[in-house]
Amino acid sequence: MTESLAITKFSDLANPTRFLGLAARILPWMAGATAILFAIGLYLSFTTEGDYQQGMTVRIMYVHVPAAWLSMMCYSVMAVSAIGTLVWRHPLADVSHKAAAPLGAAFTLIALATGSLWGKPMWGTWWVWDARLTSVFVLFLMYLGLIALNRAMDDPGRAARLSAVLILVGFVNIPIIKFSVDWWNTLHQPASVIRMDGPTIDQEFLWPLLFMAIAFTTLFFTLHVMAMRNEIWRRRITAQRRMAARMAGRTPGSEA
Amino acid sequence: MTHTFYIAMSYAVTAIVTLCLTGWVWLDGRARQKELAELEASGIRRRSAQPRNDAARGDAVKGDTA
Repeated sequence: MTESLAITKFSDLANPTRFLGLAARILPWMAGATAILFAIGLYLSFTTEGDYQQGMTVRIMYVHVPAAWLSMMCYSVMAVSAIGTLVWRHPLADVSHKAAAPLGAAFTLIALATGSLWGKPMWGTWWVWDARLTSVFVLFLMYLGLIALNRAMDDPGRAARLSAVLILVGFVNIPIIKFSVDWWNTLHQPASVIRMDGPTIDQEFLWPLLFMAIAFTTLFFTLHVMAMRNEIWRRRITAQRRMAARMAGRTPGSEA
Repeated sequence: MTHTFYIAMSYAVTAIVTLCLTGWVWLDGRARQKELAELEASGIRRRSAQPRNDAARGDAVKGDTA
């Protein structure tokens, strides 16, 4: 009963007008929550002591790790949306994965850039072609490819179906990124927060990291809802312009 | 280069990319709202937003999926 109610509520969101109404109501709250979480996260990040080995460079972790998590989470959101496009034909599913691609690319770029800036003082190099770094770079290229594909095709329906197939094929890269540090001998350290036996990271670093991770996640969802709303408006504009062109072609002069 | 340089650069890169992304999404939204308002002002409305009489005349078109 509860499950069917949840499905009904999810189906209700298939109506773009209803989605726009919901977005207008929740966006101010989401933006406010993001600002507060960033304020707390940044305060904690800059008041904690440095690591006994890394010193203050551990602070790079508070922006690098959340960006890296989001780069994978965004792609997972896109994969669920791709299933929504191909299986359920949910009208907002293709809007969702089209809107998420630039956000994913931006967060992956942050993860790559901050990782490089952390690698130089700690590893002595800006970049190595190890499994983790290379697979994240491939993810960045996949985001760029999906953005290019969506922009290259005029028909949004056709672009959405093609993108959905590519997203699902590319999803194989996500477990490769996650487990690359376990499967191969890499310069990148293994997971220290999301582990079967619990986090191995010290509490002093865990709290700022968690707050920054939640802040980045709420930022992503805020921007995603905003970008979805923009995409709905863009499609309405296209439809209205098409309607105006048809009405112009149906003037009495042209019919005669 | 000191460790402070790497920390400052990391936060600067993150801030620039995040602010550019937020600004781009926000400005895109404003531009689309403006365009919709202009269409509305010139009398072009969606089928569901049109008065009942207009819709009955069949002026609206199919294809507005969003």
